[in-house]
Amino acid sequence: MSSTEIRTDAGGPATDRRRMRVFRFKRGDPGSHFDTFDVPVSAGTTVLEALRWIQLHRDRTLTMRHSCFHASCGTCGMEVNGREVLACVTTVANLGDTITVEPLSNIPILSDLVVDMREFYARFPDEIGITRRSEALPEASPPEGIEAFERFEDCIECGLCLAACPVSATSDDYLGPAALAAAQRLLEEPRGTDPADILAFADGPNGAWRCHAAFECTEACPSNVNPATRIMQLRSALVRGGRAAVPAEEVSRA
Amino acid sequence: MSERRAGVPGLDERAERGPVRRKGVGVPASGWFDPRGRALGGFAFAVNRITGLGLVFYLYLHLAVLSLLLRGEQAWSDFLRIATSWAFLSLDVLLLFGLLYHGLNGIRVALVGTGVVPNRQKALWWSLGVIGTIALIGGALHIAGSA
Repeated sequence: MSSTEIRTDAGGPATDRRRMRVFRFKRGDPGSHFDTFDVPVSAGTTVLEALRWIQLHRDRTLTMRHSCFHASCGTCGMEVNGREVLACVTTVANLGDTITVEPLSNIPILSDLVVDMREFYARFPDEIGITRRSEALPEASPPEGIEAFERFEDCIECGLCLAACPVSATSDDYLGPAALAAAQRLLEEPRGTDPADILAFADGPNGAWRCHAAFECTEACPSNVNPATRIMQLRSALVRGGRAAVPAEEVSRA
Repeated sequence: MSERRAGVPGLDERAERGPVRRKGVGVPASGWFDPRGRALGGFAFAVNRITGLGLVFYLYLHLAVLSLLLRGEQAWSDFLRIATSWAFLSLDVLLLFGLLYHGLNGIRVALVGTGVVPNRQKALWWSLGVIGTIALIGGALHIAGSA
């Protein structure tokens, strides 16, 4: 069968091929290895679509996690050619002829490309609330002197920041960028929580002070949360004894 | 204030924890240095750590060299003959690079890391890089003049 007779999962005719080196590991295996697959692709084929093609046409045991296909759910985080990305919005076009796909670093592997996110979620402060006061009504207008409201609940909890962080790479004890960014967000909008508790959460050798300002988390973040800058702001708040915390009623001006 | 945990909860209790992929050569101690896919901040951090390790090594090397004084004037004079060779002086330039990079990057990290300019890490790196390069060139010329 020629490549032009194959249709990609994206629906378009295949115009090219890519060799996918895919990390494989199943529970009970003595170790991990890579499997290689030649995958038909078109110009807009994403890494996730290529992996689904492998799953559907070559190896049904390939395990991956995905859901929304548009970078909202954060479930398809993985490392492609060594870079932490969401596979659903990463096209294969500029990734070279051979594309290496691995699960996220620094998070335990469950199977193949699927990691155990429980440890990631367990890092977050207990005080994380559900109500989002700053999700302003469409008719709301910013106060005078403020250009626009800024949303700070953009974290999709994908884990890319934790995988990219060089400090998390050397220690599982470090709380990591996402949890600390969430703590800083709580300082901005406490939602009834005690800022002293949040500062206590972030303080200490495995909290904000363990960050080495490599800013890889910010580079990896697909949702513009900018965790590194938030950690720096958290440190500033810690140095000032929490005075950087913004009262909830003023958060719309943050 | 409620009692807070010291680190990530549940790590020790989770007996069925799967393997963890690490960057570098696969062990945690090497995870901080893996150039694949890194950005400016990651490289800045890695070079900072490498120069830091180099400076610690140099400190002990320096003490060892100074101990030559205990062996008399001849030993020190012999060392000075080596120390003014081109090969040795080029190592001095390398040392100067390490000092400048570690020191200037330390200023950058301090300014960024305490929230003074948390959003300007790249601009600071380039700005201090220009200062460091000028100082390195000036220092290298000065060292070359003493050859």
